[in-house]
Order: sequence, then structure tokens, then C-alpha cells
Amino acid sequence: MVENRPFLSFLTHLVLIVGVVIVVFPVYLAFVASTHGNGDFLSGLVPLLPGPNLIENYRLMLTEGISTAGAPPLWIMLGNSLVIAIIIAVGKIAISLLSAYAIVFFKFPFRLLAFWIIFITLMLPVEVRIIPTFKVVADLGLLNSYVGLTLPLIASATATFLFRQFFLTIPDELMEAARVDGAGPLKFFRDILLPLSRTNIAALFVILFIYGWVQYLWPLLVTTDSRYYTVVMGIKRLAATADGEPQWHLVMAAVMLAMLPPVLVVIFMQRLFVKGLVETEK
Amino acid sequence: MQTKRTIFPNKLLPYLLLAPQLAVTLIFFIWPAVQAVKSSFEREDPFGFKTTFIWFDNYKRLFADPTYLNSVGKTAVFAVSVTLLAMSVSLLLAVSVNRVLRTNRLYTTLLVWPYAVAPVVVGILWWFMFNPSIGIAPYLLRGLGINWNHRIDGSHAMLLVIIAASWKQISYNFLFFVAGLQSVPQSLTEAAAIDGAGPFKRFWTIVFPLLSPTTFFLLIVNINYAMFDTFGIIDATTSGGPAQATNILVYKVYADGFLGLNIGSSAAQSVVLMLIVIALTAIQFRYIERRVQY
Repeated sequence: MVENRPFLSFLTHLVLIVGVVIVVFPVYLAFVASTHGNGDFLSGLVPLLPGPNLIENYRLMLTEGISTAGAPPLWIMLGNSLVIAIIIAVGKIAISLLSAYAIVFFKFPFRLLAFWIIFITLMLPVEVRIIPTFKVVADLGLLNSYVGLTLPLIASATATFLFRQFFLTIPDELMEAARVDGAGPLKFFRDILLPLSRTNIAALFVILFIYGWVQYLWPLLVTTDSRYYTVVMGIKRLAATADGEPQWHLVMAAVMLAMLPPVLVVIFMQRLFVKGLVETEK
Repeated sequence: MQTKRTIFPNKLLPYLLLAPQLAVTLIFFIWPAVQAVKSSFEREDPFGFKTTFIWFDNYKRLFADPTYLNSVGKTAVFAVSVTLLAMSVSLLLAVSVNRVLRTNRLYTTLLVWPYAVAPVVVGILWWFMFNPSIGIAPYLLRGLGINWNHRIDGSHAMLLVIIAASWKQISYNFLFFVAGLQSVPQSLTEAAAIDGAGPFKRFWTIVFPLLSPTTFFLLIVNINYAMFDTFGIIDATTSGGPAQATNILVYKVYADGFLGLNIGSSAAQSVVLMLIVIALTAIQFRYIERRVQY
């Protein structure tokens, strides 16, 4: 701060508070709705203060779900989401570490070609090639399986670039010393490179976990068996009831539960989150 | 391309290390993309028994189709509005946080978490708020004499998806703007203050120009986001309706291919979208390479 201007400081805080209110309000409303009973929504306006049904709504959604909407209990879907997000994050990090290692520490024919093939994945988001990708997964018999849900999303150009950037900053002397001491490439990777990459791996894990958790279109296409539903896609099924208004209090309880895990990750690992976000996108 | 001065001599090992990444990429990215390009030049008979090669007929028909052109227009309106709204709001918030000394960590925490909310959940949150029968926003708007109903009114529907999509993107832009602002040297603004420039003048003549790399980067990222990552928001709020009013390109590909089962047209649309992503990525990387040089 260069100078003291009380009015401007007041304005600054005002802007920030309004900003926070705008950001928080939709979620507050959802939380309030999730604490009411079914009848409270018939009056024509959503309630603005929490009601008494908090525990009951959440218990009902977690253990039973809404069978009429074809939604399994939420704990199954939350479990699926957790498994899928972790597989995607770990998978992306693992294959990206290996390929970045190959690209930086080895010289071999077609190295540039391999780099470009990985680079191209940046330009082919799932949304623009859904039908042929769906067909490949269907032909391989991977519909309704964790493999089908995760494997097609696991290639990652950004993670590969991040590790490549990082590996290039590692001093050559480190590797020379390791080689003098008789370490082969795999030992060097395991005992020196991996420990050095720990912070980068953690930061990337946060970002990729969120990426995996919020996937919607892909799980929607490849799962028809409710045992494999993820929570993010399951919510849409809950909300889209054919006969009139959805059961708002239960839908919103599900929304809160679907939002909570990744949001908690961001809040409690904020430093890693910011590092991961700002560095992968550069 | 850069490598290490000293490298490992192994011949086979690098291929093994690259194999998993390349296998996934080839099977689930490159091959489907090639298939999309191929079937965009073909027509399949109604029973799927035989396909005929028809050159650019799918594209010709696509660009003569008024619903597709409508969708292109809607996408442009949507992408430009989301980009402007999300970027201006987050720049304002970032500049404010940058002025605050003690409480900036708290504000940052409270502003960044929407990044982790799934687009489809964002859609449901805003759909709930703007629900014509019980939502709070239509209730307040009725007080102002506006009869909100995004199920009937196309411009209401467009506004709803723009607001929802911008809300989600604020946290992302905010973090990048804060990072950008922190790299603006304090000495420059101090010098300008000594020369008598007020806070607004300092912002527009010093801080904002120095922020232009960040702004440009975010411009591309936001257009990309609005065009491709908002599928869930559209699906949860309006499903492209009413009367195609919010049927943006990425939603139309899905609707035509999976619900309408028009494979040829959907493939042609996929190819057009791929070209757009390629163009955006190329712009982004060209610019980043230039920035690295100075």
C-alpha cells in the first residue's frame, strides 16, 4: 500500500465483502434448502434460514437414496467418485512422470514425435470427440467399469509438461554424480528424481483430484449400471425427475455432499492448490 | 528440443517409459479423432449397413443449417459475455485483495473454492436460485416488475447460463490476477504516487498495462472454458432450450450425436470444434513462447 486513503480502504473491503457474498450465497441457499422438510417448498418461496431436518435428510440420502429417481444411496456414489478421482490423479501423475523422464533424460529416435503426440491431447477435449471415443470404449467392452471410467481420461499433456519443466531445472551434476556412483536409470529415477518431485506431485494431485471428481459427461455416457454412478452425474438424475418439481431438500442434500470433498481439499490444501493451478497452466 | 547435457545411454528403456502415455493417447485420443474426421466425410444409411464417402456434403449441409448457424451465434454471445463478466469481476476482486494487508488470506480462501465445484452442480445451484416457481431471484425480480421465466424466455435462459458459468470461473481468474498483481514492482507504483498520480490513474497507466500478459492468457483460457467446459452447466439449467436459445456448439454435438443419432453431422461438428481448440491452443502457446524470451 502506497498511501493511506480511508475511503478507498472502506471501498476495498466493501467490494470484497460483496464478492464473497455473491460467491457464497448460492451454496448457502442450497445448504438451507437441504435442512428443510418436503412441505416447506410449497409456500412459493425458498426458506432463507436453516430448518430442523438436517440430520434426517442427509441420513436418508446417504443410506437409502431416492429409489423412484433411480438413484442408489449416496455413499455408493461418493465412494465411486473417490475411487475414480484417485485413480485418475494417480494414473495421470504416474504415466506423466515416466514419459517426462524419458523425454528429458534420454535421446532416442522419434523423441520429438512422441512429444508432439502427447502435446496433441491438449487439443482434443473429451467433449469434441465423444462419439468415436465412446465407440472405442464400447468396442473394448469397458462400459460400466472403473477402467472405462478412468483410463480414457488418464493421458495428460499438462502434467507431462510440468514434470518436463521441473526435470530440466535439476542440475546435471546430480545425475553425473549418481552415475559415477553406479546408479542406473531406474535407481536414479526412484531414489533421486521422485523424492525431488514430491512437492510438484502433491500440488498436481490436488488439481487432478478435483479434475477427476467433477467429471460429468464421460461418466454419464459410459455408465448405465447404477453401481458405477458417480455422485456428480447421479445428482443430475435426481434433479431431473419427470413428474414436476424435484424433491428439493433431498436434491440439495446430495448437492452439498457432492461439493464438500473437493471444496475441503481446496480449502485445507490451499497452498498446494494454488501452486498446482498456477504452475500447470503456465 | 532441450535435453540434459549428459543422458542415459539405454536404447529400449525410453520407449518402455513412454509406452503407457502413448498407448492411452493413441487409443483414446488420436484414434477417435481420426474416426471423427473420417465419418465427417461419410454418410451412413439408416440401418448402419453401409457408409458412403460423400466429400464435404456434411459440412456443406452443416453450414447451410440455420440451427447450426444459430448455435454458432449463441456460442459467440455466451463465450464473449462469460469472458468479460468473469474477468472484470475477478480483476476487481484481485485488485481489492491486493490492497488489503491483514485479511487477504481470509478473503482469498473465501473466494477460491468454487473452482472445485463441478459445472453441473453449479448449474443446479443457479437453476434452484432462479427457479420460476420457488426461486429467490424470480421472487425479487417480480418486485421490480420483471417476470422471470427462463423456461419460456430465451434471453432469460441465456442470462442464467452466463451468470452461472461466470460464477464458477471467477475463482480461477482471481488467482491468476492476484499472482500477476504481485509481480508488478512496488517501486513503480510508489514512484508514480510521489509524482502525484492517484490510485485510479496508477492502476490504469501502470498496473493494468503490466498485467497485460496475464490478461491475455486469461482471455484465451476463458474463451476456451466458456466454449468447452460449460457442458454440465447447460445440461443442468436449460438443456439448450428454450427453442435452441442456449444450444451452444459443444452441447449441440452431444445432442445431435447421442440423442439425435445424426452421426455424420455430429462428426462434422466435432471436427469444426477441434479446429477451434487447435487455433486457441496455438495462439496460447505462441504467446507464451514470446513471453519467455524477455
